[in-house]
Amino acid sequence: MIRRAWRPLLRRPGGVFGLAVVVLLVLAGVVSLWWTPFDPQATNPGQAWLLPFQGGHLLGTDRIGHDQFSQLLAGARETLVAAVASAAVATVVGLVLALLAVLTPRWVGAGVVQLIDLLVAFPVLLLAMVLAAVYGSSLATVVAAIGIGFGVAVARVARAELTAALGSDYVLAARAGGARTGRIVRRHLLPTLAPTLIVQLSLVMALAVLAEAALTYLGYGSSPSSPSWGGMLHEQQAYIAARPLLVIWPGLAVALTVLGFNLLGDALRDATDPRLVTTR
Amino acid sequence: MSLLEVEDLTVHIGTRKLLEGVSFTVGAGERVGLIGASGSGKSLTALAVLGLLPDGMTVRGSVRLDGTELLGRPDRALSAVRGERIAMVFQDPRTALNPLMRVGRQIAEPLRAHRGLTRKAAAAEAVALAEKVGLPDPEHAVRAFPHQLSGGQRQRVGIAIALACRPALLLADEPTTALDVTVQAEILGLLRALVAEQGTALVFITHDLAVLAQIAERVLVLGGGRLLEDGSLGDVLHAPRQPATRELLDIARASAFRRSREVTP
Repeated sequence: MIRRAWRPLLRRPGGVFGLAVVVLLVLAGVVSLWWTPFDPQATNPGQAWLLPFQGGHLLGTDRIGHDQFSQLLAGARETLVAAVASAAVATVVGLVLALLAVLTPRWVGAGVVQLIDLLVAFPVLLLAMVLAAVYGSSLATVVAAIGIGFGVAVARVARAELTAALGSDYVLAARAGGARTGRIVRRHLLPTLAPTLIVQLSLVMALAVLAEAALTYLGYGSSPSSPSWGGMLHEQQAYIAARPLLVIWPGLAVALTVLGFNLLGDALRDATDPRLVTTR
Repeated sequence: MSLLEVEDLTVHIGTRKLLEGVSFTVGAGERVGLIGASGSGKSLTALAVLGLLPDGMTVRGSVRLDGTELLGRPDRALSAVRGERIAMVFQDPRTALNPLMRVGRQIAEPLRAHRGLTRKAAAAEAVALAEKVGLPDPEHAVRAFPHQLSGGQRQRVGIAIALACRPALLLADEPTTALDVTVQAEILGLLRALVAEQGTALVFITHDLAVLAQIAERVLVLGGGRLLEDGSLGDVLHAPRQPATRELLDIARASAFRRSREVTP
């Protein structure tokens, strides 16, 4: 199904843009492991406050001579890890909760639904701050908070979808054909859920990029020594009046990435649903 | 001993009785029609036999297959019977097929569940079954999604799924109601030929007397959750014992007559 999705995906402008952004993000992250134009962490007071293209610095440097382009490349790694890991945690949390809610006896399921509603009401950023206070600030804390926080939102959507699928004729027909619960989940429920899940996860990735940047900016994320877009914003905010460009680069990177994930998710949903694909 | 023995089947939802004291038997290879007005409990009877009643319904009585009691057995045990010994064809093939799964895989599912066939072996078997139920170009048809097939073709897929494991009993819940008349006749002919070939007993649920006359040897009439009649096709149609049956037949005849008038200019 996914293989067949490429062509329709590339026919949609949003899909092309989203895919391009994600591919660029991955490339930037991977390339930065071996090569950046300058060492992103090297302080070089002699090269401070350079404007774009001065001294070979594509996007200029900040007050201690950090090359901004190199920092952006290296920061992509953290953004990518945050997005993928958060989505993975959110998938597990969302699927487990949603399946528990619909497959267990009614009184257990009702309890799970209550729990989901309760957790959905709890702000993700607050959850992250609480976790950071208890376990210390790190990327893992941020990922756990975002994954759990958005995972319950995924669970709520997934539960509605699973309830509808469980009441459908084709699940009844599958049961009449002798399929047990495990087989129904694998063959019918999860595939039915896939298009919704893909859209939800792209949204989670977008929100994760945003939340990770926000939390790092606030000092709850990874240590300031490792390059990240949120960390760059934090560094440069004091000089926003003197050097607005230094804030614009990481801000633009975050905004474009969020937009890219969102558009890719929408295009993927349209492309993977055979009900919407008319060509054979 | 008959293949299927249903005795004093009673289904409640809360305090309301949906089925009350329904008893009948189906012999091996027999073709039984089950008729009744909407809400008389026809589909419910079929679901109760399979143990697939919706949550919240309670069931009493006895359903025996080859003398083995099915009611009250755990779901795990029942799922070994469903699709393998008793299978079902549903009314609306648009909703009874998974829209996201290629029809070949759906035909192969019962084989994989019950016979443990590998993906490859089941896929080959699915092509053979598709050919058997008369899907045009079976090699190609198994790769289609349900929405790419016509209503009649979809119902052929439904029949292929139900007969995949050569069950002893086939429950058909108004399998032709959602189809137009010419396709109806084809599907009826197909069902009759296949159950005859495999020696499968058939319980055919319908509210259409014309359809009933084409497929059933024996007729059960349900009304208001009770079994009103149980007799040969001729006896029930021409000499109904209960006033309620007569009324049901009159209404069905009248609507059939009206339909025939509407077609003639």
